Amino acid sequence: MNENLKEEIKIRKTKKEKKHSSIIFDIFIEKFFLIIGLSCLVILFLIMLFLVKEGVPLFSKISLTDFLTGSEWYPTSENPRFGVLPLIIASVSVTILASAISIPLSLAVAIYLAELAGSRLREIVKPVVEIIASIPSVVIGFFGMVVIAPFLMEKFDIDSGLNMFNAAAMLAFMAIPTIASISEDAISSVPVSLKEASYALGANRWQTIFHVTLPASLSGIWTAIILGISRVIGETMVVLMVAGGATLIPHSIFDPVRPLTSNIAAEMAEAEVGGIHYNALFAIGLILFVITFMFNLAADYLSNKYKFKSN
Amino acid sequence: MIKVNRSNITEKTAFFMIKSGAFIVIGVLLFILGYIVMKGASAISWEFLTEMPRKEMTEGGIFPAIAGTFYLMLGSSLISIPVGVITAIYLSEYAKNPRIVKIIRLGINNLAGVPSVVFGLFGLSLFVIFLGFGTSILAGSLTLGLLNLPVIIRSTEEALIVVPETYREASISLGATKWQTIYKIVLPNALPGILTGVMLSLGRAAGETAPIMFTAAAFYTPDLPVSVFNEVMALPYHIYVMATAGTHIQATRHLQYGTAIVLIGLVLMLNLTGLILRYRFRRRLRL
Repeated sequence: MNENLKEEIKIRKTKKEKKHSSIIFDIFIEKFFLIIGLSCLVILFLIMLFLVKEGVPLFSKISLTDFLTGSEWYPTSENPRFGVLPLIIASVSVTILASAISIPLSLAVAIYLAELAGSRLREIVKPVVEIIASIPSVVIGFFGMVVIAPFLMEKFDIDSGLNMFNAAAMLAFMAIPTIASISEDAISSVPVSLKEASYALGANRWQTIFHVTLPASLSGIWTAIILGISRVIGETMVVLMVAGGATLIPHSIFDPVRPLTSNIAAEMAEAEVGGIHYNALFAIGLILFVITFMFNLAADYLSNKYKFKSN
Repeated sequence: MIKVNRSNITEKTAFFMIKSGAFIVIGVLLFILGYIVMKGASAISWEFLTEMPRKEMTEGGIFPAIAGTFYLMLGSSLISIPVGVITAIYLSEYAKNPRIVKIIRLGINNLAGVPSVVFGLFGLSLFVIFLGFGTSILAGSLTLGLLNLPVIIRSTEEALIVVPETYREASISLGATKWQTIYKIVLPNALPGILTGVMLSLGRAAGETAPIMFTAAAFYTPDLPVSVFNEVMALPYHIYVMATAGTHIQATRHLQYGTAIVLIGLVLMLNLTGLILRYRFRRRLRL
């Protein structure tokens, strides 16, 4: 009897200890996970730190204004010049052209998916959009080189098919999944009651979409467009392979250009580590980082500010 | 009456344009895939997949590029899966302070928006030069792993959120601690959803070029890599250099198409597996 009781107490004690230690373990896990959870912020900070560390030394040799407004980029000539204006203009113009092509198509896909498609067609079109998102950019660039470039040369009688228009068309295709899927989420999240009210007033389906659903989802659509544009600005391989690579300020959409991203990719291999050219390429990386960071902050702000509470 | 007619015509026109837009997009995708497969199918053979390149890469196979891409996928997932899954668990199961959650989310969103070539620069300056790994599998894997973190975090979070709250409550009421509940109840139920994220991130690691250009990729290596400090050939970089550099650009077009098919095939296979897993996962939890 006494033996049994002693045994019982012993078991209870170890159980209690076990419980106690697993609670301590739990607290340890929580702290550990918090530290890992902060890693994204640490990485973001490190990226900024290393871009600054390698890029900023450039400005001890040339001034920031000369860098940003200089219209000549000749990094390897005897008297090297580092003016990124042509590269910035190239990036901006390619991005505008790509957006002009991509936004209408993406919105068509989004409205089609959210409002028009029957459930079976939806099941087909939605994965198609996700497949577009997954095609490696180098493949799209390759396609632009071997198929679109010869086609443009023949059709428009130009010297080279590798130009701003070709790059913009390829980039537009790549931006479609981003813009379409986020817009679709926004359009689908418009409460049914709003649409019902519109129908009750005698509006037809298109009037309801155009006057009620789209305005109600506008902030989501803007978020989608901003993120799509941000992706276009940052895309590298397509413009590297297809945009033509000339560091001149373009005068027509069929001029070859060299956007910021492709310039880094094209020249990093020949830049001497720690040299002025190397610094300049990191400074360009810093410009890209800052631009996309602002776009992402704007998208984040917009998507948090106006959002239908899901019911 | 006339007014009604006019708005009907507007509606028909608008719907026609929307539908055309949607089908143009699908058409372009099918055209791109179809064209590459048609042009490159003749290059695909067992030898192409399993042999080393010969005669300055104008003949022979692409085995080292396939192997290199495989190493980079494996290496990057060793970073991105544990860190990504743990971050997602913290955000959806532990974090109570909404301010911390908001800041971490903002970090994830911005990390997802950093251009891939900037990741390449970062990898070059931190891993290749500062830490002295050189152009290597290690440096490339780390760069790709960090690039893929947001993909894994987002899909893991999505998977954790759909696990019903009642499962957790049942486990806690049986005396399990929070970690026991997560480890034994939440994670197994969320596994298919997490695997979706893993598949998507592997596909991305296989297809990205800019991040490995300065950190891991080599134009040509005579041998397969023997350590993580070796540089490697990789499928996307192979397509890029074959199509843009060298002296045999036109003569090796069929090999470029062939390599593109292999890369697309690999990436699509991973992504489709991911999509199917997600589809089945959602159906199971709805029942």
